[in-house]
Amino acid sequence: MFKQLFAVSWMSLSTLPQRLGSSSVIVIGIAGVVAVLVSVLAMATGFRHTVADSGRPDRVIVLRGGSDAELNSNLTREEIDIIGNAPGLAKDAAGKALLSDELLTVVNVPKIATGSDSNITLRGVGLQLLKVRPELTIVEGRMFRPAVRELIAGAGAAKQFRGLKVGSVLHLRNAEWTVTGVFSTDGDIHESELLADVDTVGSAIGRSTGYSSAVGLLTGADAFDRFKDALTTDPQLKVDVEREPEYYAAQSKQLTHFINIVGNTVALIMAIGAMFGALNTMYTAVDARGLEIATLRAIGFGAAPILLSVMIEALALSFLGGVLGGTLAWLFFNGHSVSTLGGAFAQVVFKLTVTRTLLIEGVLWACAIGVLGGLFPALRAARLPVAQALRAA
Amino acid sequence: MKYLPLIWASLWRKKLRTIFTLMSIVIAFLLYGVLQTVNHAFENPGTGVSGADKLITTNRFSLTLLLPFSFKQQIRSVPGVAEVTWITWFGAYYQESKNFVFALPIDTDTYFNLHKDEFIVSADQMTAFRNARAGALVNVALMKKFGWRIGDKLPLHSTIWTNKADGSLNWTFDIVGTFDAKDPTQATQQASTVLFHYELFDEGRSFGKGQVGWYEERIDDPAQSAVVSARIDALFANSPNETKTQPAKDFAIAFIKQLGDVGFVLRAILGAVFFTLLFLTGNTMMQSVRERIPELAVLKTLGFTDGKVLGLVIGESLLLCVSAAIAGLALSYAVMPIVALGLSGIDLSHGAQPLGVGVAVLLALIVGLPPAVRAMRLNVVDALMDKR
Repeated sequence: MFKQLFAVSWMSLSTLPQRLGSSSVIVIGIAGVVAVLVSVLAMATGFRHTVADSGRPDRVIVLRGGSDAELNSNLTREEIDIIGNAPGLAKDAAGKALLSDELLTVVNVPKIATGSDSNITLRGVGLQLLKVRPELTIVEGRMFRPAVRELIAGAGAAKQFRGLKVGSVLHLRNAEWTVTGVFSTDGDIHESELLADVDTVGSAIGRSTGYSSAVGLLTGADAFDRFKDALTTDPQLKVDVEREPEYYAAQSKQLTHFINIVGNTVALIMAIGAMFGALNTMYTAVDARGLEIATLRAIGFGAAPILLSVMIEALALSFLGGVLGGTLAWLFFNGHSVSTLGGAFAQVVFKLTVTRTLLIEGVLWACAIGVLGGLFPALRAARLPVAQALRAA
Repeated sequence: MKYLPLIWASLWRKKLRTIFTLMSIVIAFLLYGVLQTVNHAFENPGTGVSGADKLITTNRFSLTLLLPFSFKQQIRSVPGVAEVTWITWFGAYYQESKNFVFALPIDTDTYFNLHKDEFIVSADQMTAFRNARAGALVNVALMKKFGWRIGDKLPLHSTIWTNKADGSLNWTFDIVGTFDAKDPTQATQQASTVLFHYELFDEGRSFGKGQVGWYEERIDDPAQSAVVSARIDALFANSPNETKTQPAKDFAIAFIKQLGDVGFVLRAILGAVFFTLLFLTGNTMMQSVRERIPELAVLKTLGFTDGKVLGLVIGESLLLCVSAAIAGLALSYAVMPIVALGLSGIDLSHGAQPLGVGVAVLLALIVGLPPAVRAMRLNVVDALMDKR
């Protein structure tokens, strides 16, 4: 049985070059499906990596209760001070809590590629910034100074938006701000932002009394409950406390979900189309080999090896298509930097990320199309009435 | 036309193959219809915004920064401005954050004067709205969605504005009437809109008093929109609240452009779909002509000219592609309401379906021409001798 299977499969695969034209229909059809699937899902993956992987479990974000997002939130100086005294926060050598009082606004900056105005987050940050976010490094230029109109730009934002190079001057609300540096935060969402001193931002946008959020570093991830309980039971406060990863995962959920649905739907529809192509090709292949198959049957080959050999041919071709499509998507799109409007009215810069899981998923889709497209032609081959087929030749 | 039966017969020479090819073209054009319509909506988002005579004035520095209420007087006095009204982003939802409600605090007189004849509101309900301090006019679609009735209390949660009364983010309105937009595309865009009084909002909020989100203007002459915009912006130049005034349509376009390379992604997918399809259909046509070489030779022997044979093969390709394309486009038209659900607020009424037929003709010519030329050049004697 296996000997027969091997012999028949080898025979059909070795004659593939003679059917190059029609066989390539399967390969190219499926490559198209997989390339589209992998590229679109790479977008969702990249966005999720950038947004949902922002932050660390021992860092918390405090918002006014019911605000959902930083941009909507509003905290007073007094509230920030109460938060700073809560138990569980890490302290620096001088005994000051590692808490950054932050103020968010979005500013209009033109996108390099299109020249059209885009909303960029300008985040005012407190003096403890570097201790609260130790992953932040200046990759070019220098840090901004407090109390003067200076800002630093995230590496992602600097690449996508105009006028964010070190030394450029940005006109923001009737005043000139100098970009003194470009920073990196290991590719998370903050690389799409501009950072400056919180009080300078506050006075510039005329909101010197309020803040958006407070971001604090805990003594450890397990200090979260203590910190949260202290704040939520305080009658003077009405705040929401979340670990950063949870906050950012919630922020990215909607868009990631949406892209995934779109990607899978389009790929499914394309896959049905490709399956019809595969059916066509395999029926043609079976027809072309009618005499050969009938002869094999006549000299004692079983129906099963014939059936399997057709399936193997379909699978081999679709596997090839899957690999080709995945490779194309990887070559053209992996690392491709794009930006879109994220959850909070502001641009998020992220890179399309073709992961190994995505490639495997693509190849699995390809094989599924191959199996479905090969099954019926294989059945026909196996059921071929031998005498009739021999006579027809 | 008299050759139609002949073309028809040759098309169905191999039933299964034709059906499969038809199906894959149907699917490609289903995708084409859906993606092109979405693409069109993203590239021309302004089509649902009423009229070219509307301008929007926002804070030049940032969309999230408010503008002083006092600007209304100055804007009103600008030559060319017929009416001005002011609106603020309220960021509301009903019960759960996924139930987004586009609640807008409006100044009743100026708002309805600016959007004259654009809304359907009964006179009774309009009077009731004017007389009820906490009254709200709710879009008919939204009423149906949540099963609200006139007379109901409507509790909304604002993610931004704290209510002075109890320091919470909860606001309660009385539903006194419903409204709908006359224009069908506007009606879909406003499907989650609730209108309530600016006075209640301004008195009730615990901060930001006397400040509004943006101004909307109606101008006398749409051709003057650039001039009027410049006049408005000049009023506030070099002040802490510089403004940016632009046609409402441009504002919508700029906002949707911010979604980024949606168009690029859609075009890339369509490119992949059509390249794949071209290859597949082209191959089928080639194959079918190859198999029929002796038959074509017989036709030529019977006196069919080269041109006629060429026409027959191209006709076959046209029939296949165009009929399948029409089926696919019709299907895409049918699924559009489902797509619209996922993209609420985006106007999908301008279908790309008619253009799709043109694309199908082009496709038919590209895949039909090589085999047709081959059929035309056929040497009768050779072809008849070759038993294939």
